[in-house]
Amino acid sequence: MATIYIDNKPFEVADDQNLLQAVLSLGLNLPYFCWHPALGSVGACRQCAIKQFRDEEDSRGKIVMACMTPVNSKSLIPPLNETRISVDDEEAEHFRESVIEWLMVNHPHDCPVCDEGGSCHLQDMTVMTGHNYRRYRFKKRTHRNQYLGPFINHEMNRCIACYRCVRFYRDYGGGDDLSVMASRGEVYFGRFEDGVLESEFSGNLVEVCPTGVFTDKTYKEHYTRKWDLQTAPSICLHCSLGCNTIPGERYGEIRTILSRYNGEVNGYFLCDRGRFGYGFVNSGRRIRQPLIRNDAGGLESSTPEAVGDKLASFLSNGAKMIGIGSPRASLEANFALRTLVGADRFYNGMSADDSRLVASAIRILQEGPARTPTLREVESADAVFVLGEDLTNTAPRLDLAVKQSVRRKPIERAAMLRIPEWDDASVRELVQDEKGPFFIATPNPTKLDNIATQTYRATPDDLARLGFAVAHALDPAAPSVTDLPDDVAQLADSIAQALKESKRPLVISGTSCASEAVMRAAANVAWALCQDERAGEVYFVVPECNSTGVRLMAERDVDAAIEAVQANEADTVIVLENDLYRRAAGTSVDTLLDTAEHVIAIDHQTHRTTEKAEAVLPAGTFAESDGTFVSSEGRAQRFYQVFVSNGDEQESWRWLQELMGAAGQLEAPAWENLDDITAGLAQAYPIFEAIPKIAPPAGFRVVGQKIPRQSPRHSGRTSVLADVNVSEPKPPADSDSPFSFSMEGYTGAPPSALISRFWSPGWNSPQAINKFQIEVGGHLHGGDPGRRLIEPSDDAKPEYLNDVPASFKPRDGELLIMPLYHIFGSDELSILAPAVAERSPQPYLALNPNAAASLQVRDGEVVEITLDGVAQRLPAKISPELPEGTAGLPVGLPGLCGVTLPAWSRVKK
Amino acid sequence: MSEPIREKPLTKNFSPGEAPFDLKQYESGGGYQAVRKAMTEMAPEDVTGVVKEANLRGRGGAGFPTGMKWSFVPMGDRAPKRKYLVANADEMEPGTFKDRLLLEGDPHQFIEGMILAAYAIQADVAYIFLRWAYKKAEALLGKAIAEAYEAGYLGKNILGSGYNLELYLHTSAGRYICGEETALMNALEGKRPIPRTKPPFPQTSGLWGKPTIVQNVETLCNVPHIVANGADWYKSLSYSGNGGTKLFGASGKIKRPAIWELPLGTPMRELLEEHAGGMQDGLKFRGVLPGGASTDFLVEEHLDLPMDYEPVMEAGSRLGTGTMVILDDKTCPVGMIRNLELFFTRESCGFCTPCRDGIPWTHRLLDAIETGDGKPEDIDNLDFIINTITRMLGRTFCAFAPGAVEPLQSGLKYFRDDFEQHIGEKRCPYAS
Amino acid sequence: MLTEEERREIEEEFEHFDYKQAVSVDALKIVQKHRGWVSDESIKDIAELLEMSPAELDGVATFYNLIYRKPVGKHVILLCDSVSCWVMGCDRMRAHFTKRLGIDFGETSEDNEFTLLPMQCLGTCDHAPAMMIDETLHRDLDEDKIDGIIERYKG
Ligand SMILES: Cc1cc2nc3c(=O)[nH]c(=O)nc-3n(C[C@H](O)[C@H](O)[C@H](O)COP(=O)(O)O)c2cc1C
Ligand code: SF4
Ligand code: FES
Repeated sequence: MATIYIDNKPFEVADDQNLLQAVLSLGLNLPYFCWHPALGSVGACRQCAIKQFRDEEDSRGKIVMACMTPVNSKSLIPPLNETRISVDDEEAEHFRESVIEWLMVNHPHDCPVCDEGGSCHLQDMTVMTGHNYRRYRFKKRTHRNQYLGPFINHEMNRCIACYRCVRFYRDYGGGDDLSVMASRGEVYFGRFEDGVLESEFSGNLVEVCPTGVFTDKTYKEHYTRKWDLQTAPSICLHCSLGCNTIPGERYGEIRTILSRYNGEVNGYFLCDRGRFGYGFVNSGRRIRQPLIRNDAGGLESSTPEAVGDKLASFLSNGAKMIGIGSPRASLEANFALRTLVGADRFYNGMSADDSRLVASAIRILQEGPARTPTLREVESADAVFVLGEDLTNTAPRLDLAVKQSVRRKPIERAAMLRIPEWDDASVRELVQDEKGPFFIATPNPTKLDNIATQTYRATPDDLARLGFAVAHALDPAAPSVTDLPDDVAQLADSIAQALKESKRPLVISGTSCASEAVMRAAANVAWALCQDERAGEVYFVVPECNSTGVRLMAERDVDAAIEAVQANEADTVIVLENDLYRRAAGTSVDTLLDTAEHVIAIDHQTHRTTEKAEAVLPAGTFAESDGTFVSSEGRAQRFYQVFVSNGDEQESWRWLQELMGAAGQLEAPAWENLDDITAGLAQAYPIFEAIPKIAPPAGFRVVGQKIPRQSPRHSGRTSVLADVNVSEPKPPADSDSPFSFSMEGYTGAPPSALISRFWSPGWNSPQAINKFQIEVGGHLHGGDPGRRLIEPSDDAKPEYLNDVPASFKPRDGELLIMPLYHIFGSDELSILAPAVAERSPQPYLALNPNAAASLQVRDGEVVEITLDGVAQRLPAKISPELPEGTAGLPVGLPGLCGVTLPAWSRVKK
Repeated sequence: MSEPIREKPLTKNFSPGEAPFDLKQYESGGGYQAVRKAMTEMAPEDVTGVVKEANLRGRGGAGFPTGMKWSFVPMGDRAPKRKYLVANADEMEPGTFKDRLLLEGDPHQFIEGMILAAYAIQADVAYIFLRWAYKKAEALLGKAIAEAYEAGYLGKNILGSGYNLELYLHTSAGRYICGEETALMNALEGKRPIPRTKPPFPQTSGLWGKPTIVQNVETLCNVPHIVANGADWYKSLSYSGNGGTKLFGASGKIKRPAIWELPLGTPMRELLEEHAGGMQDGLKFRGVLPGGASTDFLVEEHLDLPMDYEPVMEAGSRLGTGTMVILDDKTCPVGMIRNLELFFTRESCGFCTPCRDGIPWTHRLLDAIETGDGKPEDIDNLDFIINTITRMLGRTFCAFAPGAVEPLQSGLKYFRDDFEQHIGEKRCPYAS
Repeated sequence: MLTEEERREIEEEFEHFDYKQAVSVDALKIVQKHRGWVSDESIKDIAELLEMSPAELDGVATFYNLIYRKPVGKHVILLCDSVSCWVMGCDRMRAHFTKRLGIDFGETSEDNEFTLLPMQCLGTCDHAPAMMIDETLHRDLDEDKIDGIIERYKG
C-alpha cells in the first residue's frame, strides 16, 4: 500500500496501480476514454489529466495523465518523494474540459438518433467536465461506414479515436481484421474492406466503444433506450462457462444482452454467441400456449385449465411415470420434476456419453487434489495444456481467458525493467509476439493454434496417450505409455518440462471429444503437477449450462430412460426442456416416444420431441424464469426473471407443481416461491446445501424496498405497454425474488448477485461498473456472485487413473466420424437467433486430403455417410489437419443426424 | 564568452560541386582513425566517457547530452542479447536542411560516427533511417556502406577487435512524425509510426523491446572527431560549455541562404548579416524561427543572442535544429503561421486528442483569418488552444504538438496587430 | 499476385530484420515501384507474404504519404509547400501547375501524365521553392523553369 494525497487529503491505495485506477477505486470521478480496466493504459486521449505536485511546497505543479502516472512516485523519472495530486485543480479541470471540446470538434451531435444515447461514455464525460458550448465553427470531417456483419453496426463519424476498439479486438482478443487506418484527424477504425467481423468476441466492441461507433445491430432492429429496458441479472445458457449477463426487455421481447461484470467469471466480456444468441426468446418457434393432441393427431392450442384436466386423467390413476430432466433447465425445474416422479424415476436428460463424461469430470475434481480455476484465474496461468477441446467453439469465453494467460510468462520481463503491467503499449512492445508455453492437442485445427507453442492432431485415443505420457514424464508414478512414436514422446517431454517450469500450470480438457480416457489423462497431468507446493489446476469444459448441476442430481441418462420404457417399467414420460433427438439415436428416441403411452413435454421451443408429445406445456425461457445453473467451474449461479410474458408461459417448476396437483399427489410440497424449492434442493442434496445462500431470498429488501427491474428514468410510466394500451397496468407481482417489475424501489447498489444494471449518478454507460467494484477491474463489492460447489478435498491423494488406451487403428473402408463444434451453430438455442444463424455454417463432412483423394472427391462434392442407421448426404470440406482414418461432422446443426459421435461410418461418393 | 578555436571538423572534407570523398580519400584525411583507435585502445565505456566529457548535445532538436544517453544502455554480460543503434536521418522539420548536407557531403564521416556510437553501446545492428526524398544521399550511403564493409569497418570482427556490427540502410515513405525517435522505432518495426510512451526509455526497451539509441545525423558526425581529438579540444570549438561546432543555416528572403559550420554560440546577427549577407534588397527583417518550424519566433530584439541551447531557451524559443527561417516585412506573418499549422495538421499522427483535433482547429481559424473570414473571437480561440496545449511536454503524448504550438504562440505575441488587422479589414493586408 | 521479381526483392529485405513485419514499408515501396501504386489486391498479397493481416498492413500503408493507395499519373510532382518554400512562393508554383496542367493538389491530369501532391519540406530550403518529380529534385523554381521541366517530362 502507498499513501497518496489527493487535493491534500491522504488516502491509502495499492501501489502497483496508476493514479487513474487509484482515483476511481477510491470512488472519485475522473473522466477518461482510452483507458479500460482490462486493457490498461496507453495515454492516447489525454482526458484523465490531473495536477501532480513535487511536494507540499510546490504550488505550481504539472499536468500529467493519471492513467500513465504510477501511484508510486519513487518509480518516476526523476523520482518524487511523495505522491501529491489534485483532481480539482483549476488548470487540470480546464484541460479536461478542453479535451472534450476537441473530441467534440468532429463528433456529430446526433445523440437523439444514436443507439448509444443514454448509455454513452462520451455523454457522461462531457457532462462531467462541464463542456457545453460549441466554439468550433467549421465543417466536420466525415467518414464512410462499413458493413461489419449481422452483429455490429458501424457509424464512424461518431468516433473519438480512443483506440479502445482495436486494442480490445486485436491486442486483447487476438482478432486481426479490425485495425486503424490513415492518420491525423482522419484516423479510421474498421476493416480492410466491408465484411463480417471475424472475431468471436466482436460484440464486446459495443461496450468497449465509448460512443456509438460500434453498436449492437440486433438491438437496432428493435431498439429502445437503455433506460426503457427492463433488466435483471442473468446467466448465459449457451455453453457451460456461466458468464453473467444482463438481458434487456421491452414489450415482451429481449432486445439486447450486455455483459454483467463478475470479477471471477466473465469480467467485462462475453462471446458473440452469448451476446447475440437471445433471439430464441422472441422466436416464432416459441410455445406460447398449452398444446394438446387432438383426435386428428395434430397438436392444437388449448387453455391451461383444459390441459390440466386432460393431464389429470393421464397422471392420476397409477400411471407409471418417469421424468426426463435437462442440462439446459435450472436445478429448480429439474428438482421439481424429480419431486413429481420420485428420485428413482428421474433421469438427467443427458446422452449416455455426456452423462458418463460429466460424471468423470466431477469425480476427478472432487476426489483429486487439482482445483478448477475461475476464468479470472485462468488468465493468470503461466503454462497451459489443452487436451481435446476446441475452446473457441466449445467454451468461447475461455478462449479469451487463455489468450491472456499466454502473455503471463513473457510479461515477467516487464517487471524486471520496472515497466508496470498497466502500461499496456510498453509491455506489448517489450514482449512483442512472444508467447508463454501453450500446447494444444485436439483432433481438429483450432483458432488458437496460431498462438500455441506446439499443436498436436490426433484421435481421442492418441490424445489420451499423449496426456498420459505427459503425466508420466512429470511423475514416474503415473502410468506410462508404451510404444509412443518418438515425436510424440518428445512432445510429451517438452510439455511436461514447460508445465513443470511454470508457477501456475493449467490443464484444460472436457467432454467434447467424448473420450473419458482424454479426461482421465488430463486429470493425471494435473495431479502430477500438484506436488512440491505447486497447485496444478484443471478445467473441464462440459456440454451445457447446467450439465454439471443436473449430473450432480441424477446418474441415469436418456438411454436408461429409453430402456425403462422399453422394459415397460414406465408408460408416462414427462420431458423437461429437452429435445431427446439431440441426446440419443433417432431410432431409439422414436421407440421411446412411440412406446410410451403418454408423453408430456414442457419447453419453450418447438422441436422434434415436442412435436411428438401428447401434451406440451409452455415453459418460460431463462428470461421468464428464475433459477440456478451450475457451471463447468462448479459455480452455482442464480438467474432472474427479466419479464412476465403475455402468454401462458410460466417457469417449468410451476407447471410441474401443477402436475403434482393433477396427479393427485397429496404429499406434494407447498412451494410458494423459488426459495421453497432451493430449500428443498438443499435438503435433498448435501452438495446443494449452499444453493439457498447464493443470492438473497425473495424477502430480501434494502431499506424496506424491493430492487427495481426498471431504471428510475423508465419513460412513459403510464404507457409501458403503449403498444397495447395507454392506461397504466398494475405491475406484476414477483414472489420469487427481491425484484419488482417496475421502477419503484431501491436505486442504490444492491448486493452483487442482484445487480440488474450498472448505473451510478453521472455514469450511464457500462463504465459505471467501476462504481460497483472494490478496486476498478477487481471484485464486486460484497464478493463476486455465485458459489463454488466443488473443491478438491484437502488431503486428496488418489491413485493415478489408469486405462491408457491403445493407439488408434484406422479401419479399412470406414472412417471414424469425429464431432466438430461451431460457436455459431452447435448450440441448440442460440442458432434460433437469426443473427447467429446467419453466421453458422451449412452442414458438411470434413475430410482430410488423403481421405478425399482416396474417395476421389473434391472440396464441395457430395458424399454419403451413415450414422445411427441413417444415411445422409453432405458436401465434403477438405480439412488438412484431420488425423488419418477420421472425418469430422459438425455437431448440432439443424438437419444433421449423428448425436453419438465419434462413430464409424462408411463414406461413399 | 571565450573565443573558440576556429576549426570546421564536420565540413572539412566537403568539396562543393564534386563527389564526396570515397573510402580511400576519406582514410587519407585521417578517416576511420577514430574507429581504429576505439577498437584497439578503448573500451566501449571509454568512448561513452569521452563523448560525455566533450559535452556533445544532440543536434536533432531536443539537445539531450549524448554521452549521458549512452550511459543508460545496459552493458556487460547481463545486458540483453541484441542492442540497436539508429541514425535518425529523417530530416523533415520545415526549414531544416543540415543533415542532407552532411550525408551528401561526407557519408563516411557519418558512418564512422555510427560505428563508434554502436561500439560504445555494443550494438549488434545499426540502421540508418533515411527519408525517402534524399535520393542522392541514399545512393552515396549505399556505396559508402559497401566500402566500409569491404574494408572491414563493418561486419564480423571489426579490425580484429572481436566486435561485430551489421549496418543497414532503411528508407522511409514520408511523414514527419517518423523523425520522433519512438515513432521512428515503430516505423522501423513496420508498424504504424505513432510515438511510444517514455518511460520505458529506448535505452532499455527500444526497437523490438531491446536497448536502442537513436541519434541525429549531425550528432553522430561529431563523434569521430571527439574520439580522435579528445574532449578538451572539442569543447574549445565552441563559445560555451556545450562542445563543438554547429551547422547553422538560414532560408527565406535573405541574400545567401545556406549552411555554415560555426562555433556553438555564434551570435544570430553574425549569421544573418555576415554569413547570409543580410535581407534581400528592399526587405526588412521581421522575425525568425531559430531552429525550424517547431520553434518560437524571435524578433529584432533577439538578434544579438548567441545561438546556443541555453540563451535561445531563455529568450523564449529553442535552438532546435539551428537552421533558421526568416520572416521579412513583406511576407504575411498570419499566412506564414497558417502554413506552419497546416503542416502540423497534416503531419499529426492522430494518436492523441489535443494534437489530432486541436491543431487542425488552429489551422481552420488561421485560414479564416487569412482569407478575410476571421472573427474577433477567433483570436481568443487561438489563445485558448495555445494556452491549453502549451509548449510544455506532458500534456500531449509526444513533443510534436508542443512544437506546433511554439510558432503560433510567439507569432500571436509578436505579430498580434497583424491578426487584428486581418480581422478588422476582413482581408490579408499583405495581399497585393 | 506478386510477380517473381517483386517477391524476390521483398524477400531480400527480410535479411535486414528479425521480423517479417519490419519489411512492410519496403514491401509496399517495392510493389509501388513496379506498379505505380498499391492496390487492394497488392495489399492482400503483401500481407500474406509478411504474415500480417491486410487490415494491419493497410493501417501502415495509409499512414504514409508516399504510399499511393490510389492510381497516380505517370509522373508524380511532389511540390514542397512547407514554410521556407511558402515564403519563397510555392503557392505561385502551385497555381502555375494548375494553370498549366489543370490539376491541383491530389489531382491527376486528364492525359494521366502528372499527379500533383503537396510535400513536406524537402530539406533544400536554401534553394526554395523546390519540388521532386518522381525521384528527381528540382530547385530554385519559378514559372519559366517549371514550364521547361514540364516540357521535358511530357516527351
Ligand atoms: C515531431 C518530431 C520530429 C522529429 N524529427 C526529427 C528528425 O527528423 N531528425 C532528428 O534527428 N530528430 C528528430 N526529432 C528528435 C528525435 O526525437 C530525437 O530527439 C533525436 O533524433 C535524438 O537525437 P539527438 O540526441 O542526436 O538529437 C524529432 C522530434 C519530434 C518530436
Ligand atoms: S502530439 Fe499526439 S497526435 Fe500529435 S504527433 Fe504526438 S502523439 Fe501524435
Ligand atoms: S521549406 Fe521547402 S525545401 Fe524547405
